[in-house]
Amino acid sequence: MPAGGTMPLVGRSYRISLPALAAASLVLVTTALVLVFFVAPNDADQGFSQRIFYFHVSIAFTSYLLFGLGAWKALVHLWKRDPNADLESYVAIHQGVIFGSLVLITGSIWARISWGHWWLWSENQLVLFLVLFLFYAAYFMLRFSVDAGPQRANLCAVYALFGVVLIPVSFLAIRLAQKFIHPVVFTRHGASFGGWIMVTYLVSQAAIIVLAYTLYRVELSGKRLDTRLRELRRAYA
Amino acid sequence: MTNAEKYVTAAYCVVFALVLLYVVIIALKLTRLEREVDELADKAEREPDDEREPARVG
Repeated sequence: MPAGGTMPLVGRSYRISLPALAAASLVLVTTALVLVFFVAPNDADQGFSQRIFYFHVSIAFTSYLLFGLGAWKALVHLWKRDPNADLESYVAIHQGVIFGSLVLITGSIWARISWGHWWLWSENQLVLFLVLFLFYAAYFMLRFSVDAGPQRANLCAVYALFGVVLIPVSFLAIRLAQKFIHPVVFTRHGASFGGWIMVTYLVSQAAIIVLAYTLYRVELSGKRLDTRLRELRRAYA
Repeated sequence: MTNAEKYVTAAYCVVFALVLLYVVIIALKLTRLEREVDELADKAEREPDDEREPARVG
């Protein structure tokens, strides 16, 4: 089933080419890994296991960004009826779900070392992120149960917009909770760390955002090519 | 290797494996698209010959 609607799609031109983005991802991810394993000092409380933090938190913020991008593109679709925006919203949510699953897996591994449990249902932050993840995972059930066309694009756009409400709830849950064991590293007064830990975190965050954007652009190119090929086949038939 | 080191390595390996799996899926999809483009190109090359009127010789 084609991901785009039946309306013709026009490819967008981007300022940064895909090979340049891929090269930037490679350099940034390699630098981040070197910083994580060879430069950043051990945490005073958690020791070596705290090193999961650099990718776990970066991936979590990136998944929020991707869900937000999906909702923004959904709004653009509803506002301007742009078929490109529907496809871009779909791809952003797809990437968000992939990164969301990585958040859950790396978070579970970190929880096992720090708390001795793979998962804690009593933790609001964990459960709310799972709800956000499942909400967007269900987006695909909706998308693939309706025939391609403007109706499906509109339904999906409305669904994607509803989900965006869960992002601030999930993000703020840990800050509003009275009792928690999930660590809070970003407060109103800024980050609770500095020096090489901060540098390593910032490089990791940049690396994951650039990697996510590269994968987003690759998937988008593939989907556009697929849709245009189907149109060509229809024209030839 | 300590327990913490094993878990940290596992976490980073999971991230790497999932990204790699995604790249493999995209690569398979691109291979399929490439094949479809080739089929269409072949069809486009053959069609003008089929549509040509047979000419009398002699």
